[in-house]
Parts: sequence; structure tokens; C-alpha cells
Amino acid sequence: MLSRRELIAQLTAVTVSAPLCPLAFARTEADARMMVVILRGAVDGLALAPPYGDGRYASLRGALALATPGEEGGARKIDGLFGLHPALTATHKLFEKRQALVVHAVASPYRKRSHFDAQDVLENGVATAGERRDGWLNRALGFVGGNADNGAALAMAQTAPLILRGANPATTWAPSKLPDASDNTLARLEQLYEDDPFFAERFAQAMAAQSIADGMDGAGKRRRSGNQAQVLRSTMEHAARFLRAKDGPRIAVTEVSGWDTHANQGAASGSLARKFAALDAGLDAFAGELGGVWRHTVVVVVTEFGRTVRVNGTAGTDHGTASAALLLGGAVNGGRVVADWPGLNESALYQGRDLQPTIDLRSVFKTVLSQHLGIGDAALEHQIFPNSAEAKLLGELIRTA
Amino acid sequence: MKLATCIAVNRFGLGARPNELAAVAGRHEAWLLDQLQGPSAPAASLTALPSTTQIWIEVEAVRDMRRAAKKAGKPASSVARKYGATVRQIYLSHALARYANAATTAVPFHERLVHFWTNHFAVSVDKQPLPALAGAYENEAIRPHLGGRFADLLRAVEQHAAMLVYLDNLQSVGPNSQLGRRRQRRAATRRVGLNENLAREILELHTLGVDGGYTQTDVTQLAMALTGWSVGGGRPKVLRSGTPGQFTYRDALHEPGPVTVLGRKYTQSGLKQGEAILDELATHRSTARHLATKLARHFVSDQPPAQLVDELVAVFMETGGDLPSVHEALVTSNASWSQDATKYKSPHDFVLSAMRAIDHTPDDPRRLFASLDSLGQAPWRPGSPAGWPDTALEWGGADALYKRIEWANAAANFAGRRLDPLALGDTALGPALGARTRTAIARAESTTQGVTLLLASPDFQRR
Repeated sequence: MLSRRELIAQLTAVTVSAPLCPLAFARTEADARMMVVILRGAVDGLALAPPYGDGRYASLRGALALATPGEEGGARKIDGLFGLHPALTATHKLFEKRQALVVHAVASPYRKRSHFDAQDVLENGVATAGERRDGWLNRALGFVGGNADNGAALAMAQTAPLILRGANPATTWAPSKLPDASDNTLARLEQLYEDDPFFAERFAQAMAAQSIADGMDGAGKRRRSGNQAQVLRSTMEHAARFLRAKDGPRIAVTEVSGWDTHANQGAASGSLARKFAALDAGLDAFAGELGGVWRHTVVVVVTEFGRTVRVNGTAGTDHGTASAALLLGGAVNGGRVVADWPGLNESALYQGRDLQPTIDLRSVFKTVLSQHLGIGDAALEHQIFPNSAEAKLLGELIRTA
Repeated sequence: MKLATCIAVNRFGLGARPNELAAVAGRHEAWLLDQLQGPSAPAASLTALPSTTQIWIEVEAVRDMRRAAKKAGKPASSVARKYGATVRQIYLSHALARYANAATTAVPFHERLVHFWTNHFAVSVDKQPLPALAGAYENEAIRPHLGGRFADLLRAVEQHAAMLVYLDNLQSVGPNSQLGRRRQRRAATRRVGLNENLAREILELHTLGVDGGYTQTDVTQLAMALTGWSVGGGRPKVLRSGTPGQFTYRDALHEPGPVTVLGRKYTQSGLKQGEAILDELATHRSTARHLATKLARHFVSDQPPAQLVDELVAVFMETGGDLPSVHEALVTSNASWSQDATKYKSPHDFVLSAMRAIDHTPDDPRRLFASLDSLGQAPWRPGSPAGWPDTALEWGGADALYKRIEWANAAANFAGRRLDPLALGDTALGPALGARTRTAIARAESTTQGVTLLLASPDFQRR
């Protein structure tokens, strides 16, 4: 009977012996870490990064408008046109350190308004929902020179979201309240599952993740309890520990839901502001836990589409089109907003109601994969994001040194 | 014993209780068809629960206390705790009743249908005050309406307080309604009052489906027709009249005039306009296909067999959406009886079938909640109106499997009694208990480990 330790040793033996082939970047891809945070429910990009300097902002947004920087409850200034929501205090400090940037007026190629289809497109990396059953990030795993066949990417969930599903192995992990089953029981289950690939694969991945979690300070048995803010913070801390671990994953994904503010959205305070505060605290905890590894890290925070510019009849906003994305990390060339700002004039709005998208979200992903993980253009254009020629690489989003 | 008996009880039912396979052997088709109209009398544990009206009054009373405290400048934290405790207690008592009933019911096929339709018309308790309403919603809007037409189920759902609150329709105001015009005279905002959420989800999730052929304009037009669909006993003056928690149509909020949805013009006034549109959607071919696909996916396979879907669509259209006819077609089609168990159980399926197998009736609401929550499926909390997913891709992560193993281990230890794991395997799975699993159980080092291996086995994890 194999003990769990022996079991893990067998699984990881292959991977430890595989040599690394770093390319000639000052930061080797072996060091590079990437964290994708998917905000589900369509985050209001105009609240996350308010264009306070746009002449039409205040009148269009009405009760949802944030005051100008310096005023009470005002946006935190990024530049003369854009600010950050006041609840994003730690994130704003990163802007000051030039370790964060906003990409604005950005959207996937999807132009309807179903959350579920839009999330599909956000994650599948092509232009239509349901067209692919795998995610772009899973496809990218095939091109990431790394140190683990079986642990390159991790979803902080019980089951991987579409973005990480596909041919390449990615594992899942979430904290648990229950005691482990005994090693003896686990070994017998391993045998029982042997002739059933669905179970065998998952069992092997789970064992690998458990061994990393067990090796952490405080162990992976941290209680997954508390409200959403506490859970998010705990999840982000665990993610950072995984990313920091020697034989751990280099890419992680987590999800935060509840951004669908159809009613009583609030402005400087209120329900959306509280969610921003929780997100901010989670990101801050993540950065803190990463320690020295932060300088090799990029966090990509994205959502499936934005919201209407105008308030609706229930003090909220309805489904829109363009939103904002955040990049944070020591490896980010930040302190600014990357945007081809279309403005909020009536003629500039999409269908007269939404912020017009001028940057394709795939461009953001491609640029990070290229500049941070060293993935080549051919792989990006033909395998990872097929038929995406119109989504060009953006400028220097990532520091080169 | 035939495999068909197992299939009837485990795939269409909720998993075999200790004597269920023996009782159903030789008459599995009749056993299923007898359940189409539900139990002869509703379960006492469910009828004893408070109604939506009673719940609404109780919750509003606590909210009033909170408002009063805030107004008086008093710290509202103890009242906030009381609100939370009130809502949580209602939620847990409804959840316990649901699972205790499901763990012991003699009509598990009907019960599975109830869960399916509640999930199709999903609300989610991560939005207040839905934890207090979700259980009553299932018992009032879903349970009593599976014996007739889909159109009646649809109307009951869209006129229940839980759905109207969840999808923000209470205060959706037509711009040219009495209230809308009054507001416009006061404020400069252009599009006053309309909320599209309910209309969108009716089209996208409840009836036609995302590819069902509707446009954004249809969404807005349906939203206009649904203005005024509201609930009695609300706090703002405009929402106060009517029986608390009951559907209340408010003409002052309703957008006057005809609307056009899917190319058809509706000239009815008032409540009848929205009802007419829903009736039309209820018998639309896209709706039939959408529902047939979901039924086939839930009961039979993650890749719903085209033949089965076509059969269900045909029955739906022929009968004008008669649910018992469609459910009968589902369980009498050859395409539903494949020998291989291909459906990977959801956490809800897994926990219920395990409880039924070991003959455990849940009696501790917090432990029940913790079980389901730890496996990722807290009662009535799918997180979106799309409901819980229904495929192995979405439930079958590595960590999800690990959590089930932990849970099986805990359940086996909790069961405490001297269960005989091999006998348990026979009564739970019958001929579906594979040789490999039987051997593993036989060689277990203890009865507890044997039960863990059974519950965590691929044979038990699929239906």
C-alpha cells in the first residue's frame, strides 16, 4: 500500500527531473506568476475607474456619479481624466508605486447581454459562446515552459472554471472543514479508481494539490467560513501560498461573483462600494502573502461586460458593453490608464446606452501572455486565440527588467 | 433483479432506500408513472412550514425595527443580528424540511422533478431576503404545479414574491405610467423606472432559451408589459397595499399601451397583457426545445440524446405543454434507459442518495447545511438565476472529488451503527454494484472504511 507521501513522490518524480529552459529575459518565465481574477456578474467599469474628467460623466451618471478627486467621497486620482473608486485604497497605492494599471473601454468580442454567454466568451478566447469547450488559459499552458506537468495551473475552486478546462492538466483546490480520510483509505480508493479515467485523473490531481497545501504554514485546513469578504481574503492568501511554493503552480485562477448591480448600486458608499472594498482587501492580502515573488507577478482582474452609463429605474444599472480591467503586480508597467477613450457623448455611446469598447479584451490577455510568460506570436494567434487578428498586442504592459 | 429496477430508482429517483429496490422490482415503469401527480397528500412536514405571507410579515417587522433604530440614531447592530437570525432560522428550517422529506419520500421521482423545476426557475439565497423566501417559493409555486400545463407553472413562478424580488421587478415603473409621469415631472432622468432583469431572464432562462430567437427590443417590450407585477405589503408607500407577500398588480406602475414581442402585438391592458405574453411563450417551439434539452440533460446524459429531445419536443407541442405527458415521455423513451450510468451525481444528488442508502433522516439543520455547503451546493444558492449546472464538467473537479471522499468518510463515521457495507452495496445499487467495488469493500479494514469506499466508489457516484 502506498502512503500518501510515496504516492505524491511517484506523481511528482517525473516533473522534478524535467530541466528548465529559461529564455533570455532578465526575469525568467520560470519565475513569472500569473493570477486571473474573474469578476462574475458584469462589473460597472465606470464605477471601478470613473472618468471624472469627462464632461458628460456627472450628468449621465446622475446619482451614481463620484465626486472629483479631493472632494468628499471623491474618486482617487490616477490622471486628469480617470480616477479609481475611493474604496480601492490599497490598489490606489499600487498605482502610486506604478505597479497597477487600468485598461478602459475594453470588452470581449461578445455584443449581446447574457452573463452566461459573455462569460463563456471571456473564458473560451474566441468570439462566440459555446464554440469551444476549453479555455484560452488552458491552451496557453501548453506553451508555458514550466517546472510541473501536473501543477502548472490551479483553480481556487472545487471544479475548474472554463478558462482552465481543456487538454492540459490543471488542478483545483479549496480549503476544507472536514478531516482528511486516512492514508490507508486514500490508497484503497486510488486502486478502486484505477480503471476509471474520470476518477483516476482527478484523484491524482487532488493528491498533488493536497501535498502542497499540507506543506504550507498553518496548513490548508484553514476554515472556509465567514462572509464573502473573509472568504475572498482567505482564498487569495492561499492562492499566494500556492504560487510561492517551490513545486507549486505558476498560474492561478479565482472567481468573485455578485457584481450584477441592477438595483441600489450606490456610489461612494453602498453595496458596490462594499464589494470594491472587499476586492481591494483580497488583492492586498494576496500581494502581502506573495512576499518577494510579487515582483514577478501579474494579477489580471476582468469581467464579462460592463453596465449602462445611465442609472436605471431602481437606482442601479443594467447590462452594458465595455468595462474596465485591472492589471496589478510588481511586474506591471503601471501607474496609468491604457485606453483609447471614446468619450461619453451621445453619438459615442454603444447603442445609445453603453460605453463603446475600443480595446479587445483578448489583446490584454495576449499581451500579458507574450510579455510576461514569453509565449510566441504564432502560438497566440493560431492556437490560443484563433481568429483574433483584429485583437492586436498592446504597448508595454509588463516591465522588461 | 434487473438493471432496469436500479435505473428507475437511482437515475429517475433519488437513490435507493434499504428496501426500495426489492419493492420496485418487476414493476418499475408503473412505479414511475404512479408518481407523476405527486404524493396523494403533501408531506405534513412541508405543510407545517410558514407561508410566504407569514414570512413576509415577520421579516418586514424586523426590518421596521431596524429602520426605527436607525432613525432614532441608536446603534442598529443588535437589530441587524436579529434580522440575520430571523432570516437564517426560516432558511434552515425550510432546508431541513426539504431534505428530510426527500430522504424519506416514497415518491422520489416526483421529488426529483420538483428539484429540477425549482432549479430551472432558480432564485438564489445569496441575495436578501431570499433565504427567507426560497423554501416557501418551492412549496407554493413549484410543487403544486407539476400536474398540469407548463403555462400554469410559469405563471405561478413569475407571480411569486420570491421571483419578483429576486429579479428586481417590484419597483419597475413604466415611463408613461401614472407613477412614471409623476416622477418625470420631478427629475430630469430620461429612462425612468424600468428594470429589464425579470423580462430578460424569462426569455433567456425560463422559456425560449438564449438562442430562442428574441432580441433586446423584445426584452424591453416584455419588461414594459411586466411593469406593475408586484408584491403586497412593501415598505415604500407605492408598494404598501395588498396582502403582504402575495402577488399584487399595481396599475399605477404599469406602462400603458400595446407592446410587441416576437412580432406579435399585445393590446390587452393591465395585468392581462403580461399574462398573454407568458401564455404565448409557454407553448413556443423554442421553449419546448429548451425545456426538453434540459430535462434530457438532467435525467439522462450530459450530451442529451437527440432522439429523446425530439420526442419530448413533440409531446410538449402536441399536448400544449402538459407536464405529466412530457415527464411520462421522458421515462418511457428507450433513449432514457441506457445501461451505463453516465450522469455524475451533483453534490445534492450524492448527499441525498447517501442518506437514503444508509437510512438517515437529517435532523440537524446546521450539519445538513454544512454538508451541502462544503460540497459546493448550499440549498437554493446557485448564485445566479441560471440555477445549478448539470454536467460532470462543472461538478467534477479534482478538489470536488476530494471533498466527497472527505464527506463519505465523515458520513461513514457518523453512521456509527454497525452497517454491513456489502449488504449496503446490494440494497443501494443492486446489479449496478460492480465487481471491482465489491472486492474493494470486501477487503476493507473496517466496516466504516467499507462504507466510505462504497459511497466514494464510481458506482455510487454515478446514476
